[in-house]
Amino acid sequence: MHRREFHKLLGLGAAAGLSLPSLLRAQTHNSDAYHLPRFGNVHLMHMTDVHAQLLPVHYREPSVNIGVHEARNRPPHLVGEALLNHFDISPGSQAAHALSHLDYEAAAEQFGRAGGFAHIATLIKRLRADRPGALLLDGGDLWQGSATALWTQGQDMVEASKLLGVDVMTGHWEFTLGADRVMEIVDQDLDGHIDFVAHNVKDMDFGDPVFASHTLREINGVPVAIIGQAFPYTPIANPAHFTTGWTFGIQERELQEKVDEVRAAGAQVVVLLSHNGADTDIKLASRVTGIDAILGGHTHDAIPRALQIKNAGGMTLVTNAGSNGKFLGVLDFDVRDGRLRDWSYRLLPVFAELLPADPAMSDLIARIRAPFAEQLAEPLAMTDDLLYRRGNFNGSVDQLICEALMDELDAPIALSPGFRWGTTLLPGTAITMEDLMAQVAITYPAVTLTEMSGAFLKRVLEDVADNLFHPDPYYQQGGDMVRAGGLQYVISPLAQAGSRISELTLNGKPIDENKTYKVAGWASVQQLEGEPIWDVVARWLKAQGRVRGVRPNQPEVMGLQNNQGIV
Amino acid sequence: MMTTAYSKGISRRGWLRWTVILSAAAALPGRVWGAVARPEAAFGATALDEALAALGDVPQVHEGIQFMTPDIAENGAVVPIRIEVDSGALPNVSKVSVLVEMNPNPLAASFDIPPGTEVYIETRVKVAQTCTLYAVVEADGQLYMQSRETKVTLGGCGG
Repeated sequence: MHRREFHKLLGLGAAAGLSLPSLLRAQTHNSDAYHLPRFGNVHLMHMTDVHAQLLPVHYREPSVNIGVHEARNRPPHLVGEALLNHFDISPGSQAAHALSHLDYEAAAEQFGRAGGFAHIATLIKRLRADRPGALLLDGGDLWQGSATALWTQGQDMVEASKLLGVDVMTGHWEFTLGADRVMEIVDQDLDGHIDFVAHNVKDMDFGDPVFASHTLREINGVPVAIIGQAFPYTPIANPAHFTTGWTFGIQERELQEKVDEVRAAGAQVVVLLSHNGADTDIKLASRVTGIDAILGGHTHDAIPRALQIKNAGGMTLVTNAGSNGKFLGVLDFDVRDGRLRDWSYRLLPVFAELLPADPAMSDLIARIRAPFAEQLAEPLAMTDDLLYRRGNFNGSVDQLICEALMDELDAPIALSPGFRWGTTLLPGTAITMEDLMAQVAITYPAVTLTEMSGAFLKRVLEDVADNLFHPDPYYQQGGDMVRAGGLQYVISPLAQAGSRISELTLNGKPIDENKTYKVAGWASVQQLEGEPIWDVVARWLKAQGRVRGVRPNQPEVMGLQNNQGIV
Repeated sequence: MMTTAYSKGISRRGWLRWTVILSAAAALPGRVWGAVARPEAAFGATALDEALAALGDVPQVHEGIQFMTPDIAENGAVVPIRIEVDSGALPNVSKVSVLVEMNPNPLAASFDIPPGTEVYIETRVKVAQTCTLYAVVEADGQLYMQSRETKVTLGGCGG
């Protein structure tokens, strides 16, 4: 059957209120995808940026993920058909749905939800059965992103990840629980279960390490070092007051020293468990020697193959395992006589319908959710539109948040952060409080109403644009562009810092740099008082009743020729 | 093998507080050190070129200087920097200066280096806005340098 015809059939089925015939699903699913014969003798499983999604989700991959300069048209900056072509993936396949935004709604109906800890648990048990000694590594952003994670201060995810069998992790959003809470979890809950490693978090005064830098484990007789690299710009991208007295940074030189140290201590395989973001990891891999693989996260890029990055010492693999529990990376090394001979990497999409739920994990998740059942299920509105966030510019979810802010705070302009987390809702579903929290569950949720000059507004946009499009990835922060409500602008990603934004207008009138504008926002890095964003948006959604015809406010993008990171 | 947990218990900061009190009690009458020549013209300069001119010549890039600054400052008011000079590659250092291109007064610090000293300097400087920082080293009457860009951002929106 042609994809187009199939698409049409789906449309008719949906219009008639029918669910998809299960036969059709069975034909298109392939459960053998999860049978991965053992390779080599050192086995690492990697997940990252789960953002506390215990249950299966939809998560639309971006249609705009622009790469500039060296990153242009190179993974992960390929979207849609360019991505499928590059990795030789058939359109309409499971993999195409997992990795791209193409035919999103139809494919989401066809293949169902992804991830979910009960399903990941089953997959991990299967893989462990064939891979004795395998370690499960988590790249951070594990304890934040859901209502229950926020309401239990990360405890739900700590319990679930212990039951899942996470062996080693590093962090980013974890730190927004505050330094004291992080240390409490690390000292009391993780001790003896999960090694929290981060070589690049130090005491500000003397440079003393806050966490263990690495762990040295023996896998089938082979000593393997796993060094942790926490998100280097945590106190800049998130409020610094959560980590007072700690300093972060990429710390390339210190990393090289650490790699040399663990090699001298006998490590035959060295892996960096990184929350740098893909482009930073690619640059790092080209400059630091002696690392066999960087298992990366932060930028939520699902890269189906390991990238081989050359450096003065040889070659380092760089992988990135997507987000929200949608993927599990499996890296096998063949190490004999102290030497790494060969490797194999697979990025497995986790389709919940193909992996039965693990009963013990299902029970734990039910126990976690039970006390909050009523709040989680509270209906706020129906949506006729696809609601998603990920992409360099406004997603439809951000548009709703901006409109809620402008209406509720009576401001002509709203700014909303360019987070890369936040799940996707299909048309025709109810938006519950739990769905809203998956977009906004942070520990600094206050909404703000600020007076900004036109000049300052431009500076804000320029500042964030530089964090996204700086030619050197070490100067990027890994968030997407700030979401703008009311404001229209033109962006030239290749222009110099300070000159990327032009033609700022509000309702068709140019923004006057000397005039003052009321701007609604949330998630300020300053310590400010205000109503939590979820109350504001929930109130607005209830008043709307139904969401339809949402048009994400997109800037006009200038100066990109044949860029495969934008459709 | 398990990892090591690091105690945050009794800190060096606490110990330092005591030593500061003790050394304050034993402090020598001051002003002696102030007598070392302060390059007033260089500190007063309001543009990078002017400050460099006041320090002497146009500096040449030298690989014997290691200059570390953050790529992105965590706090522009206190940006940690580190300067190391390899005395084998660049001997007879007599002075080390730090310049911050876009600050109202670019010269942030100047250190006189006694003969025979291995240069290792760590300090913190203010960086008003994104710009290039310079470590300028005087050796045998010549100026040498390394430079790095440090970004100062409004923050937020990450992740």
